[in-house]
Amino acid sequence: MTALLEAIGLKKHFGGVWATNGVDLALAEHELHALIGPNGAGKTTLIHLVSGSLRPDAGRLRLAGRDITARSMHERVAMGITRSFQISQVFSELTALENVRLAVQGRRSDAGSSFRFWRPASAEVWMIEEAEEWLGQVGLAEQAGCLARELAYGERRALELAMALATRPRILLLDEPMAGLGPEEAERMTHLLAALKGKLTMLLIEHDMEVVFKLADRLSVLVEGRILTTGTPETVRADPAVRRAYLGEERA
Amino acid sequence: MSRKIPFEPLLWGAALAMPWLLDSLGEAYYIGFATRVLIFALAATSLNFVVGYGGLVAFGHAAFFGLGAYVVALAMQAGLSSAWLAWPLAMALAALTAFAIGLVSLRTRGVYFIMITLAFAQMIYYTVVSFKLAGGEDGLPLAQRSTLAPFDLAEDATLYWVALGLLAASLYGLKRLAASRFGHALAGVRQNPLRMEALGYPVRALQLACFVIGAAVAGLAGALLANQNGMASPAMLYWTQSGLLLVMVILGGVGHRYGGLFGAAALLGLEEALALFTEHSHLYVGLALLAVISFAPAGLAGLAGKRRRG
Repeated sequence: MTALLEAIGLKKHFGGVWATNGVDLALAEHELHALIGPNGAGKTTLIHLVSGSLRPDAGRLRLAGRDITARSMHERVAMGITRSFQISQVFSELTALENVRLAVQGRRSDAGSSFRFWRPASAEVWMIEEAEEWLGQVGLAEQAGCLARELAYGERRALELAMALATRPRILLLDEPMAGLGPEEAERMTHLLAALKGKLTMLLIEHDMEVVFKLADRLSVLVEGRILTTGTPETVRADPAVRRAYLGEERA
Repeated sequence: MSRKIPFEPLLWGAALAMPWLLDSLGEAYYIGFATRVLIFALAATSLNFVVGYGGLVAFGHAAFFGLGAYVVALAMQAGLSSAWLAWPLAMALAALTAFAIGLVSLRTRGVYFIMITLAFAQMIYYTVVSFKLAGGEDGLPLAQRSTLAPFDLAEDATLYWVALGLLAASLYGLKRLAASRFGHALAGVRQNPLRMEALGYPVRALQLACFVIGAAVAGLAGALLANQNGMASPAMLYWTQSGLLLVMVILGGVGHRYGGLFGAAALLGLEEALALFTEHSHLYVGLALLAVISFAPAGLAGLAGKRRRG
C-alpha cells in the first residue's frame, strides 16, 4: 500500500503537555479512516497539524510522497487537503449559496485567481450553478437563499460539509461532523458520508462508536498523543489494549 | 428615506454645478473649501476601503497621503510639473511603501496592527522632516500647480472638477471592486480569515492587495492636496492626520461606499461652520462624533439610506 498522506513522528506541545507525541499515520487513497480516542487525546490537534493551522514541533508530513510540512494551510487546501470545523465556521452574514460559491471561487487549481478586480463575480454563472449542485448534494437546495445565521444547527453543519466538498479535496478532514446533531440529522450525515466513500480519502474524528464502526475502513486509536493501534474495525474492537484504554472507559 | 429619491444623480449633479453656483452667489472663496472636501473624501474613501472592506484597522494612512504630496512637491522642484507623470508617481511610491509596510504589519492582528502601522507612519514622518531637501519642518512649497494638459489647474474651478472626477472614478471603481471576485474574497476575509484560509484563499496576500490599493489612492489624494494647498507639509504625514481620516470614516460610515465622502463633508463642514462662532470648534466636533457613534453606529451614510456596500 502506498500512502496518500503520511505523518511521520509528528509532535506538538502546548506548554508542558505533549498534545501530539510522535504520531505515525498513513492514509491510503480513498479509505475512510476514523480517529477515535478519549477526550484530550489530541485528535483535534492532529487535524490542526495535518490541515496546517498548527505547525508541528517535530516530524514530517507527506502528501503523495511530497513533503508538505512547511506548507501553509491555504497551500495545502490548493494541494487537496481540506478540513471541516468542529464548530461550524460558516459566514453567517452571507447566504448559504454565497458561502458555497466562495468555496468554489477559492479553488485556484481550476476556478482561477481571486485577484480579479473588475468583472462582477455574479456574472460567472458557472460558480453559482456549481454551488447549487453542492447544496443539493447535502440536502440544502431549498435553503440556498437563506442567510447562514438563519439556518438550523444541523443545516449549518451540512453547509459546512458542502463548503469543504466544494474545494474538491483529495483528503477531507472531518472534525466531529455529527457533534450536536439530533438522531435524525446524524443519520442523514452518516448517509452523506457513506455516499462519499470511495470517492475521496477521509480522516474522521467521531465519538459515536456505532457510526465509526459502520463507516470506517480502518481506524486508529489515539491515546495521550500517541497512536495506540491502527486496524480494521474488527481487529481494533478485539484489541485488549484498546478495550482497556478506551472502549472500557466509554462503557463505565 | 424613500427609495424613489434619486440620491446619487442629485448628489453628483449638485457637486458638478457647485463652482458655477458659488460663483453666482459671489462666494468663489468656497470653491477652495469644496475642493478640500473632495480631496479629503478621496483620502477617507481609500482608508474606508482598507478598514471597512478589508477589515484592517490601519492607523498610519497619513503616511501614504503625505508621501503623495511630497512626491508632487519634490518632482516639481526637480522640474517635473506634469500631473500625468507626477501623480501616478505619487501613487506608485505610496503603493510601494504600503507593500513594504504591509508585508511586515500584516503578520500581526488587531491592536498590534494598529500600533505597528502607526509606528511605521511616524517613522516616515520623522524621516521626511529631517530631510533637508524636503524642507524639514517648514514643508515644501510648490512653485506652481501641476500641469494637466489640456486642463488648466491654475483655475480653482478646474482643480475642483478634476478632484470631483477622480473621486467619482474612485467610487465607481470601489463599486466594481466590491462586486468582483476580489471584493467577495475580501468580504470573506473580513468576516472570518481562518475560514477563508481553510477554503484555500491566500488571506495575507488578499489583505496586502487591499492595503496597497488603499495606499495608492491615498497617494493620489495627497498629490491633489499639495496642489490645493500650494505645498507639501509635514502635518499631512503626522499621526493626527491618520486619526482625522479615521474619524471621517467612522463618522461617515465604516464599510459604506459613501462613508468617506459623507464623513469628510460633515467633519470639514462642521469645522468651517463652527469656526465662525467659536474658537473651541474641536470640542463641538468631538461632541458631534460622540453623538453619531451613540445614535448612528453605521455612520451618516447608514442614516441617509439603508444602502450597504453597493
